[in-house]
Amino acid sequence: MTASQIHRPGTAEHLLDVRNLKVCFQVSDRAVRAVDGVDFHVKPAECVGVVGESGSGKSTLIRAISRLMPNLRVSELSGDLRFEGRDILGMSERDIRALRRSQGFSMIFQDPLGYLNPTHRVGRQIAEALSPHSKGESDSQRVHSLLEEVGFSDPKSVAHSFPHELSGGMRQRVMIAIALASDPKLLFADEPTTALDATVQLQVLQTLYRIHKERNMAVVIITHDLGVVAELCDRVYVMQTGKVVETAGTVDLFERPKHSYSARLIELSAHRINFRSAGL
Amino acid sequence: MLRFILQRAFYALPLILVIIVVMFTLLHLIPGDPVQALVGDYPVPPAYRQAIEEKYRLNDPFLTQVWNYVTAVLQGDFGYSYQNQRPVLGLILERAPRTILLASVGFAFAIPLGMAIGVITGTTRSATTDKIWTTSALIAYAIPTFWLGQLLVMFFALRLGWFPTQGIGPLVSRAHGFDWVLERGRYLALPALAFAIHEGMRFARIMRASVIDTLSQGYIITARSKGLTRGQIIRRHVLRNSSLPLVTVAGYAFGSALSGAVLLETVFTWPGLGLLMVDSIRLRDNLTVVGVVIFSALAVILMNLLVDILYALLDPRIRTGG
Repeated sequence: MTASQIHRPGTAEHLLDVRNLKVCFQVSDRAVRAVDGVDFHVKPAECVGVVGESGSGKSTLIRAISRLMPNLRVSELSGDLRFEGRDILGMSERDIRALRRSQGFSMIFQDPLGYLNPTHRVGRQIAEALSPHSKGESDSQRVHSLLEEVGFSDPKSVAHSFPHELSGGMRQRVMIAIALASDPKLLFADEPTTALDATVQLQVLQTLYRIHKERNMAVVIITHDLGVVAELCDRVYVMQTGKVVETAGTVDLFERPKHSYSARLIELSAHRINFRSAGL
Repeated sequence: MLRFILQRAFYALPLILVIIVVMFTLLHLIPGDPVQALVGDYPVPPAYRQAIEEKYRLNDPFLTQVWNYVTAVLQGDFGYSYQNQRPVLGLILERAPRTILLASVGFAFAIPLGMAIGVITGTTRSATTDKIWTTSALIAYAIPTFWLGQLLVMFFALRLGWFPTQGIGPLVSRAHGFDWVLERGRYLALPALAFAIHEGMRFARIMRASVIDTLSQGYIITARSKGLTRGQIIRRHVLRNSSLPLVTVAGYAFGSALSGAVLLETVFTWPGLGLLMVDSIRLRDNLTVVGVVIFSALAVILMNLLVDILYALLDPRIRTGG
């Protein structure tokens, strides 16, 4: 309780504010520190990128913030995490559910096929994520308008499909529709395009960006692809071995990387872009 | 969907034919003289032997015998049981409903029981709860059904006197309508219970593993991030998806249960196919044995077909894939 009473100058406008987040996993008899004292914040309607190679702790960071920890044994989870000023770690299950249900945060994932239930139709999976509402619009109408919002021209047939009947890009857009169903103020996207074809990647990113702008919704994108960051994000956090090694505006980061690791990441992604344009 | 069913049924036909041929061949290979078996421990008069051999065409070439048997079986003639002095088919048709009844009631309790224990142990966050249930289920599964049956008889029938010790019904019954059902139910209760406990514990173990596997799937995280409650997640996303392996195992188990739970039927003197099989083997009533085996094989094939169909209904990926 005392932590919540401490006044923090300059954080009032933050939608999400994370101080000194530490996460430790117990792997057999060893403690593995996945996130090591990270400070992190997101302003309303802002798009923030978190980059770093696999194992840098970026996914664990947002899993911890959204209280969706993987099934590993968590031996330590500490820090001051606030969403709209409310203490996330101290929140009851019921309150955190309420945040997920409506006007809080949502999440999309790397592998949309594994994250959709194979035995339920798409429409049903979106409908069960809808925020509670009182107005006259029916669930199926809301599902259809969500599907239209993420770029489907025939929402009816998509809603009636099973996940395996859709392409990878379509599935990821269905995931976005599910995430949007609760009218979130903040969307976490964990490697949203890594599992997709290059051409589809761009479409999904464009959809994500359009919705981010139209809804004034804050987005946190986790990625190892600096190209994604360059296209979408206002600010970037660079993570390495559980720590934030650099945080900067996107333009600043690309033009004047302060940390050698950031510079190396930029160099590598430039190489990759060259490969791509060379047709490899 | 209809095409899928017809296709599966079509594949089953040659299998049935092969089973009939193989069973008849095995019957032929069993050492012993059928005429001698018929007569018993007396010398066989040559005239009698000749008459029998001519009547049942025992001296025909082997292939002719196979052909005759297969064509007869396909026409519904499973031969004649010397011991029971009646056609084998009639014997099977009389016994089969009793076995089907026992297996059905047993499964009707075993499946919900197994699913419940599997879901409890699979979803609980308390390691103690999981251990207690899982260990109890394992112990119950390890008890042989015939011994479990005897324990149930000793306690519920002999000590408490709630249920009869054996048989399928009273020799003379004056009950009618619902009372008759109740009376039969009392005879059915203990064997069905023994059946349900044994199979149910097996299902519980499968269900538990499957529930744990389902809980580790990505769509469970999606469901959590939607803000669904634990109960909603289990009901909507865990139950159906994790019952797929159970459908397979329960389907096959039911198929083989239709050949009669031999030990259980013996313990409870339940006159089903299992008991018929045991008696026929003891009396060397080979045609009956073969008939029961063919019937069981048919039951297993039919259940596999049903499992395939049920699987397709439960998992939309198979429907379009098939």
